[in-house]
Amino acid sequence: MEQDIFSVSELTGLIRKTLETNFSDVTIIGEISNFKAHVSGHWYFTLKDSNAQVSCTMWRGVNNYVFFTPQDGMKIIITGKLTVYPLRGSYQIDVRSMKPAGIGELQAAFERLKQKLALEGLFNEVNKKPIPKFPVKIGIVTAIDGAAFQDMKSIAARRYPVVELVLASCKVQGEKASDEIVESINLLNKQNDIDVIIVGRGGGSLEDLWAFNEEIVARAIFDSSIPIISAVGHEIDFTISDFVADLRAPTPSAAMELATPDVNEILSFLSEFPNYFREKMLKIILNYRTIIDQSVSSYGFRLPQNIIKNKMQNLDNIYYRIQNSFENKLNQLKNRLSLLNNIVESSNIDRILKKGFVIIKQEDKFITRSKNIIQGKSFNMKFYDGEIKING
Amino acid sequence: MAKKKESVFEDSINRLQEISDFLEKDGIELEESIKLYEEGIELVKICNRTLKDAELKVTDLKKQLEQSIK
Repeated sequence: MEQDIFSVSELTGLIRKTLETNFSDVTIIGEISNFKAHVSGHWYFTLKDSNAQVSCTMWRGVNNYVFFTPQDGMKIIITGKLTVYPLRGSYQIDVRSMKPAGIGELQAAFERLKQKLALEGLFNEVNKKPIPKFPVKIGIVTAIDGAAFQDMKSIAARRYPVVELVLASCKVQGEKASDEIVESINLLNKQNDIDVIIVGRGGGSLEDLWAFNEEIVARAIFDSSIPIISAVGHEIDFTISDFVADLRAPTPSAAMELATPDVNEILSFLSEFPNYFREKMLKIILNYRTIIDQSVSSYGFRLPQNIIKNKMQNLDNIYYRIQNSFENKLNQLKNRLSLLNNIVESSNIDRILKKGFVIIKQEDKFITRSKNIIQGKSFNMKFYDGEIKING
Repeated sequence: MAKKKESVFEDSINRLQEISDFLEKDGIELEESIKLYEEGIELVKICNRTLKDAELKVTDLKKQLEQSIK
């Protein structure tokens, strides 16, 4: 009896029916290799272990619900159905859901991406932009209903109420979160009046924070022309976003503190300004006073004074000369006067002598009293008509 | 990115900082320093007034964009 002869299509159809019926819901653990995210949005990869491999597809729309981007080498658990592709006669898994095989897988993926981006220079200090001191508008990329946003709002209101917060709300965990974060960062960059952006969320598990470990988020942060502060989870949580951001804040509240100046510091600066600079002004004025004093006492400045002094001395000299010649003249006149006076006086004595009086002179002194005469010593007697000497 | 218009407060604070730095310099002209000092005092008044009246403004960018499309 002749065996049944199948056409290729018939056989493939039978295989397809057998396989798809028996493997309509399988869960498989394996390592990803050859992962490709096609521009169409579909994912293609191979799942393997040391002895076997199976092709996998995960369609666009379905893969939206995966919170992480798969990487080669990552161990994952997938659920799906086996399908046969008749045109190639091959089978593959149509993946419905995917999760990391363990928390260690995410950590390993984190390390791999960190190393890759570090090598590319995305964490380099030279690429970090400075955070402006007095921002006018702060962009915020977080969930509008999250506690992080409330915290940031209250910190901003307390520290620096003159600022405007511009929220670009997005999902911060779960499927599609990374896409939305990227979209919000780009949206804020298009505004062209944002001074700084805070990207973050509150605390959570590694899975919750995972969007901030995605490569597309890291690249959007790196490509942002506006400086970005990363603030994901708590102090102990480090994400790829933290490494690539211009500044890492331990929490969203801390990020807002880093992004804003303290209004109290400004107020004390403002209140100190008048006093502090009044002193400063006095110092400046004092400096100028010193310069003036120094100029006045300099040689050049003294020169005119010296000229004046010299002239004054000349004037004094002339005065003395005039005074001297005047005094000489006066003395001459005085002499003449006394001479004339003597003559007048002597003529006066002559008249008395004429009457018969005598003047006694001893040792050229007139003796006008008897007690003044020295006994036994010669003296002269002056008469009107002559003088005689009486010997003692 | 086009040069954006800064707010009065940020302008004033920045200018005040600038004036402070100027006044700290050695050999500043007396006339200039007096002018700067007077300008500084005026800015202090403006800043104090702005801070007193300040209230945090929050804008929801996506909501704003949706409304501008409608």
